[in-house]
Amino acid sequence: MPEAGPLLEIEGIVTLLGGERRFLRAPRPPVRAVDGVSLSLREGEILGLVGESGCGKTTLGRTILGIQRETAGEIRLAGELVSGLDPALARQRRRDIQYVHQDPGAALDSWWSIGRSLAEGLIVHGIRDGAERHRRVDQVLAAVGLDATFKPRYPHELSGGQLRRVGLARILVLSPRLVILDEPTSGLDLSVQATVLLLIRELRRRLGLTFLFISHDLSVVRLMCDRVAIMYLGRVVESAETKAIFERPRHPYTRALLAAAPRLEPGQIVDESLILGDPPSAAAIPSGCAFRTRCPHAEDACATALPPSEAVSESHHVACRRWRELAPLIGR
Amino acid sequence: MAADPTNARPPLLSVANLRVSIASDEGLAQVLDGVSLDVAEGRIVGVVGESGCGKSTLVRAVLGILPRGARTESGSIHFAGEDLLTLDERAMTRRIRGRAIGFIPQDPYLALNPVFRVGTQLLEIMRWHGDGSEDGAGPFNRARRARHRLWLIQILKAVQLPDPEQALDRYPHQFSGGQRQRLLIAGALACRPRLVIADEPTTALDVTTQLEILKLLKRLVAEFGVSMLFVTHDVGVVAQLCDEVAVMYAGQSVEWGGTGELLARPRHPYTVSLLACHPDRADGLVGIAGQVPSALAPPTGCRFHPRCGKAMAACAGTKPETTPSGDRHTVACMLYGVPDA
Ligand SMILES: Nc1ncnc2c1ncn2[C@@H]1O[C@H](COP(=O)(O)OP(=O)(O)OP(=O)(O)O)[C@@H](O)[C@H]1O
Ligand SMILES: Nc1ncnc2c1ncn2[C@@H]1O[C@H](COP(=O)(O)OP(=O)(O)OP(=O)(O)O)[C@@H](O)[C@H]1O
Ligand SMILES: [Mg+2]
Ligand SMILES: [Mg+2]
Repeated sequence: MPEAGPLLEIEGIVTLLGGERRFLRAPRPPVRAVDGVSLSLREGEILGLVGESGCGKTTLGRTILGIQRETAGEIRLAGELVSGLDPALARQRRRDIQYVHQDPGAALDSWWSIGRSLAEGLIVHGIRDGAERHRRVDQVLAAVGLDATFKPRYPHELSGGQLRRVGLARILVLSPRLVILDEPTSGLDLSVQATVLLLIRELRRRLGLTFLFISHDLSVVRLMCDRVAIMYLGRVVESAETKAIFERPRHPYTRALLAAAPRLEPGQIVDESLILGDPPSAAAIPSGCAFRTRCPHAEDACATALPPSEAVSESHHVACRRWRELAPLIGR
Repeated sequence: MAADPTNARPPLLSVANLRVSIASDEGLAQVLDGVSLDVAEGRIVGVVGESGCGKSTLVRAVLGILPRGARTESGSIHFAGEDLLTLDERAMTRRIRGRAIGFIPQDPYLALNPVFRVGTQLLEIMRWHGDGSEDGAGPFNRARRARHRLWLIQILKAVQLPDPEQALDRYPHQFSGGQRQRLLIAGALACRPRLVIADEPTTALDVTTQLEILKLLKRLVAEFGVSMLFVTHDVGVVAQLCDEVAVMYAGQSVEWGGTGELLARPRHPYTVSLLACHPDRADGLVGIAGQVPSALAPPTGCRFHPRCGKAMAACAGTKPETTPSGDRHTVACMLYGVPDA
């Protein structure tokens, strides 16, 4: 791969959600769903985005896609600034980015056949020639391992794995460069999950696609991703190459997540608490380091200032004030 | 099937060759076709299988709450010395369901009624079933209720719910998903059951919360001296929690064994393929060709044979016998012939 600038670069992205003025009452404050996230993706890479439910993964994905407007921060696609735009214009400038919905059924019109749903995407993208549309639809169906007999079928006639394939086909007709996969295997059986993961790998190999892979399944992320970013309450607390994240995690939260992921070797349940209590609500993010209320290593200073992101190595960044002193404890 | 010859005590729960069909508009579905498993006193037994393989139907059969149109065609369910299939509905509600067998449902969001206080709901269960210290449920009175309340608070402490006394006066929406699951676990334990059945109790939770709940369940099984049947599709969870595992495929029991042995040396080709699909194991990441068959038109013989790389002509003919394969390990597959007696 030629050494070029990153395909996608985001810098200090903040996304506020909700928030409303209310009659005769104090206004409801908005939720800081994404709170200063910086990431970059190289062409052809798979970046995993991991975190607990509600930490802002989907919101970040939607913000990058451009259907959710960023409150602050910059987004560059292939070097070109594509942030600070109205939603309609933002989507147009970010055509090269496509998103595969967390729930594949929800993204398809249940009254339309698979063939029609796929062709519609092409019409929206200005492909007027019917024969050309047919050709493209057949091509993408084949690319996701479905044959042309699926064209007249309806979403409810398909299995979970087949629906995921159609979800992928639906965005492939649009020839994206960057694909955001939101929980691409949640709710799938192990055997079906394996075939969907294989397909994603195959698409990267054949089409040179770049993926942002949103997931809470660490085993899947370890298998699929080149790099991983760990999110906690709207912020990225650690990012590194996959091997480094799994073998030498530096953030106490990363370590807790890794320890909690169920593994195939028995004997994981030990009575050591790496994480305390329940996650706080996104509407009331603790001051300073957001993880401090559940962190067994927190001290008073963690509450005062936001921990800066520090470089452990050139490709490994962590946002914890104590990472250096905790390294012998945490790095396994 | 899985009886341990060296252990003289009969298992607490023993399901043998259970066959259940469900009639619906689309036809007759043979949902369970020869399911067997044992839960010994004090053990945690996992039931794993992919979506639609009949795990929940098995649970419902044991609890006596099969859906309409369901018929138990053959087999037996022995629990603490009696055959549950011969009990009438009155005996099941009075003595078994929620009393001798506690149940932890899958979805902590749906299982609690949002309009009643948590304490009211839990005390209602106990009013019906007692707290296990008395015989059956006596008439309602203040002293009895106060005793129940004290016992509940003790259980809420055991499930590590913060502020147990105040918790009883709160509504379900005031708890997080993990806390609601703790409440349901408390509800299942309140009447001092001998067996707890949990159907995917952690699927809706984050991994960090899930681990806390698994730790809790493991501790409670020892502390309260109960046995547990734990249903899940997550092989990783089974690895962490269970002493023994039963593997199901399309309504049939295919393999049974101690967790460590089964994960390290799976015998049945389905178990082998399933474990190979786990991302922790996936050097090949192969998947399993084909699809799970519909219960309306299942394959004959071994239901896995159309997808099995080792299938022989005989596999389509008759359902393979469950045969011992090593110590406390059984498998239902033609590859493992009946050893000479
Ligand atoms: N329209 C909205 N108004 C206010 N808050 C919102 C809105 N949508 C989402 N949120 C909140 O923003 C936070 C981030 O939500 P998001 O869906 O991005 O999380 P997620 O990481 O994708 O979670 P999951 O793993 O459950 O999909 C959550 O706390 C959520 O409750
Ligand atoms: N009321 C019903 N009428 C007809 N078929 C049913 C009924 N309930 C379940 N089935 C069928 O029985 C089979 C087993 O269902 P069951 O819910 O027991 O599976 P499961 O292993 O619990 O699946 P999951 O992992 O998705 O919860 C499925 O094929 C299902 O379609
Ligand atoms: Mg999401
Ligand atoms: Mg089920």
